[in-house]
Amino acid sequence: MAERSEASWLQRFEALPIIIVYALLLALFMYLSPGVFLAPYMYTTFLSTLPPLILLATGLTFVIGAGEIDLCFPSIIAFSGFIFAVLFKEYELSWLAVVAGLASGILVGFVNGLIIAKVGIPSFMTTLGTQFFWAGMATVLSGGKSYALRGAEESSVWQWIVGRPFASSSVDWLQQISIQALWTAIIVGFLWLILTRHRFGEHTLFIGDSNDVSRVVGIDVDREKIKIFTLMGFLAACAAIILTLENKNFFGNQGQGYLLTAIASVLIGGTSIFGGRATILGTVFGCLIIGMIEAGLVAAGLTGAWVRTVQGLIFLIAIIFYMYADEPQRRRALLARMGFTGKFGGARAAGSEGTALKRTKS
Amino acid sequence: MAPAQADFASIVRLEGVQKFFGAVHALRDINLTIGRNEIVGLIGDNGAGKSTLIKVLTGVYAPTAGKIFVRDREIQPNEYSVRMAHELSIETVYQDKSLAEKQPLWRNFFVGRQIANRFGFIDIKREKKVAQEILLDVIGFRGVGITVDSTVANLSGGERQGIAIGRAMHYNADLIVLDEPTAALGVAEVRKVVDFVRKIKNSGRACIYIEHNLAHVHEVADRLVVLDRGQIVSQIDPKDMTVAELTEYLIALQRKG
Repeated sequence: MAERSEASWLQRFEALPIIIVYALLLALFMYLSPGVFLAPYMYTTFLSTLPPLILLATGLTFVIGAGEIDLCFPSIIAFSGFIFAVLFKEYELSWLAVVAGLASGILVGFVNGLIIAKVGIPSFMTTLGTQFFWAGMATVLSGGKSYALRGAEESSVWQWIVGRPFASSSVDWLQQISIQALWTAIIVGFLWLILTRHRFGEHTLFIGDSNDVSRVVGIDVDREKIKIFTLMGFLAACAAIILTLENKNFFGNQGQGYLLTAIASVLIGGTSIFGGRATILGTVFGCLIIGMIEAGLVAAGLTGAWVRTVQGLIFLIAIIFYMYADEPQRRRALLARMGFTGKFGGARAAGSEGTALKRTKS
Repeated sequence: MAPAQADFASIVRLEGVQKFFGAVHALRDINLTIGRNEIVGLIGDNGAGKSTLIKVLTGVYAPTAGKIFVRDREIQPNEYSVRMAHELSIETVYQDKSLAEKQPLWRNFFVGRQIANRFGFIDIKREKKVAQEILLDVIGFRGVGITVDSTVANLSGGERQGIAIGRAMHYNADLIVLDEPTAALGVAEVRKVVDFVRKIKNSGRACIYIEHNLAHVHEVADRLVVLDRGQIVSQIDPKDMTVAELTEYLIALQRKG
């Protein structure tokens, strides 16, 4: 009985450990640099800079939850960002440019899914290849140029997608609140519903758990995988457009910084690297932590060079933590590899089998 | 719980079924009829094609050639799927591939045929309520610390079989396919499974029972189908052969190759 209830405190409250870690980190940074972390400006800046990361990481939560990986999204940010920027600036297509940008991301994602599900190449290889392909396409088509979208803030596209709804307010931090935070919250909230209580979300987690089981219970695994990668493409295109508009500039390698941070956010949030378990709430807090570390370290007086080091360290700690907390059989295997077989893992494993036997007799 | 008034001679009939995996000829010219109200034991050595046959039968693999009839009606092989098999009241309990490890029981009961609204959103409350009924009434798990929220990873092998079999019963199948349900089970658990197979027959359903342990299958089957290297080599009435004779026969079959 004890064995059964053991793992569930973690699962009962979605993303509980990561929310606690977030609160502790926030408290630490507030203590270290009160001037920065107790003023509102830090948080209004997050509202405008974090949405692309959060959108990408939310898509990746589905991908990783299904036991796959996507390395292609940084180049979707370049490619779709380019499609959007050139149509918006050179052809002045306004909302049509937005539609075309989104469509290009959906197409790239769909092709990824097709190659993975129908041709059967592992997603790691597929998306590694398509990443180079689409990043190359973006460079070729743009001729390596960047596009400055000067005056974009006059357009309805800019106003609606990344506008500042309280710009005329008399409170200065209110003026800085950006509307993409709202769109992101709506999209992420909707996808949270999909993952936790829609058929598609359930299928995603079952596929991540086991492709074989999924097939025999009647899930069309290929079709669901194509859908997952198409969703990822769509979200990456959303991120691309928001990023391009927010910066009022397109440049060819604008997506490159997101590869590690987005994957790290998902895994820090508690989604299993082995698939089958995924949490969007955790992912959002993972993004907040990744974003906060960057701001917090700089505010604490460390150079920017430390940021990646600390992010990488937290990333590793988080993965090890989840492995221990969530997967007792992997924990035992790890302890056994490290030579703790005798007392630790072995005794516990034997103990739990003993109780299982007793149970079935009664 | 009684199946609908039968207006068919056989639940499943295979005619000339072939299955290739690349160059591997996994099933050769399979002709097999499963009648109503009979328990068919499927036996044969590892790699004889038992699992492949089951997967063709239940819509997981499409056959390379041949015909499948369900209730005397021919099924288009390219249209046949697990979902369709479910709709035709064919349920499968796989040895270790029926349940997803990290998912809670209530999701495992309903995945693939969720209780959902027309937008595809799952009615979690109802699924959990029905899952609770299956757990208590169909499977009979009481006071063993298993709830609908338990994850499969925390269950013993016997409990997993119980869950998968209970699911098949809940869906009121006419044909239940059991793929080595007693592998890795304790003696008391095996008893339960064998009793369950009898229950299937008593309720007028059919069952295909794949089993390594010849004593178990000999005890319950009405007919034994012997598979060797992708071919059906004989069909035996268990009354005509003791378990020892059956064992000798299978060993002789291996030597011949």
